[in-house]
Amino acid sequence: MLKESMKMAWSNISHNIMRSFLTVLGVLIGVASIIALITIVQGATGSITSQISSLGADKITVQAMGTRLKQGLSEKDMLQLSQVNNVSGVSPTVSGKTSLVYNSKVKTNVTVQGKNDLYFLKEKDILASGRGVNSLDVNNKNRIAIIGSDLAKELFLGIDPIGQQILLNGNTFTVVGVLKATGGSLMGSTNNTVMLPYTSAMKTLGVRNITNLDVYMSDANKSESITNDLTTILNSAFNYRENTFSVLNMQNMIDVIGNITGMLTLLLAGIASISLLVGGIGIMNMMLVSVTERTTEIGLRKALGAEPAQIQLQFLIESIFISLFGGILGLIIGLLIALAAAIVMKFTFTITAWTIILAVGFSAAVGIIFGFAPARKASKLNPIDALRHV
Amino acid sequence: MSEILNMQDIVKCYYLDTEELVVLSNVNLKINEGEFVSILGPSGSGKSTLMNIIGCLDVPTSGKYILANNNVEDLDEKELARIRNREIGFVFQSFQLLLRLNALENVELPMIYAGVSPGERQKRAVAILERAEKMNNYPNQLSGGQQQRVAIARSVVTEPTILLADEPTGALDQKSGQQIMQLFKELNDEGRTVIMITHDTNIARHSKRILNILDGRLSEGAMS
Repeated sequence: MLKESMKMAWSNISHNIMRSFLTVLGVLIGVASIIALITIVQGATGSITSQISSLGADKITVQAMGTRLKQGLSEKDMLQLSQVNNVSGVSPTVSGKTSLVYNSKVKTNVTVQGKNDLYFLKEKDILASGRGVNSLDVNNKNRIAIIGSDLAKELFLGIDPIGQQILLNGNTFTVVGVLKATGGSLMGSTNNTVMLPYTSAMKTLGVRNITNLDVYMSDANKSESITNDLTTILNSAFNYRENTFSVLNMQNMIDVIGNITGMLTLLLAGIASISLLVGGIGIMNMMLVSVTERTTEIGLRKALGAEPAQIQLQFLIESIFISLFGGILGLIIGLLIALAAAIVMKFTFTITAWTIILAVGFSAAVGIIFGFAPARKASKLNPIDALRHV
Repeated sequence: MSEILNMQDIVKCYYLDTEELVVLSNVNLKINEGEFVSILGPSGSGKSTLMNIIGCLDVPTSGKYILANNNVEDLDEKELARIRNREIGFVFQSFQLLLRLNALENVELPMIYAGVSPGERQKRAVAILERAEKMNNYPNQLSGGQQQRVAIARSVVTEPTILLADEPTGALDQKSGQQIMQLFKELNDEGRTVIMITHDTNIARHSKRILNILDGRLSEGAMS
């Protein structure tokens, strides 16, 4: 019986192909916009999240503004922080701007970052050539420099920068490494940066205190307890004064962004489902017209022995067919839109099973909900009136 | 001959606002297996209402109606549908073929609701349409007489107890009408019970028994 109903429903849909197509459009647009929006937002979220993770999901960033008496962290504080459970080490960042001179070429306002050996140990992929900072450089305040890729091109066109000597704020530094070119990320690029051992950087830049510190976790799942431990140490270092430091956990940031985009997805999907509602009303309208048009047919079917439930099933299947058809087409078009957006906005395009289930489920539900009333109307027709209807 | 239809004191009333309109009053009717009965009456006599009640498309206001051992007044919508499917073969004045289906598919239609398997359906429909030979034609490709033959094939394919025809020649020319009546006679000769509703005395004359209906009253009929 189900098969027969499906056959009859299909016959009627294909017989009114133009009308069916126009009705399908409503659901199609609704499903396409929902699928496109969800896929795009998910893709964009994934891309933002992975950018943040690339900044270091296994890192906790400590910023210490300090008090008037103690404007930053001391070596002792750093040692204490590096000894917290599940922490593999800390890497300070001393940054400032200074002038750079090479071979009578002068560049002002060059960004200088002081780092330690751990930084180059953890961030394995940042060197294009040469070496990074080692512990001897840090301890002896060696005057060595690792330069960004754009700087290397600009200053040392045609020559190997390694072994060359540059002047930073009047002090001679030997270039020992070149950084890889980096794309723009949320935190900017290091293509025009000079990296020094942080001890040398403090001396050259005249910085006394460390205000910026990355804490490397050996177990990122323990980020909360680590954050608590760090906070305890920092509190006692700054005499429990307020607003003297901040501990920023990348995982927290990812979570926050996840929450925001989750809400955004819901909001957009909510707006898009309005068009699905309109599509559903379109189906209902067409089905009501169809029932009126086929009054005689319904009467005949009843006279030939069709039970009310069988008539209802036939019309319900017809509306589900139309709706599902719109849903599947909408899914394909929505995914194509998302794919185009992924190419333009440069995020990874992914199809989840969840998306497909959503599209098919939504459209089937629309077919059932908006097809129910017309189907019921058809099943309740009095066969005598229906047969007399011409 | 066994009795297949028994109506006792059938009354059918309609209510227009507060006015009661009696369409059938105290109709008593017994029909045996193998009979060929005409119910003859002018329009407005209540013959269509009687046909609807016989065909289980409508239920009487009061009275007892037994069709093939089923007490019709006790049945709900679903069971009435089943009775119509199994016991009644309808033939309508305007054929009532579905235009989107070809002759063969139209004949298969009642068997769908009887739950006959697709293969068996086709076999039976082909067998019954064998003489018509235009089984793949759509209704608009057939003449009125041919359409009515397809409709009659559809009505008998389920082997119903009663063949119920409502003005079966009303939309046909003289010659086609005669052929259709001939077909009914043949079916009756094969043992099928035929009940025909008509206003045409000449058509009614083809049957073996004529009942007159006038103002909702049924009388065993001398021909007038």
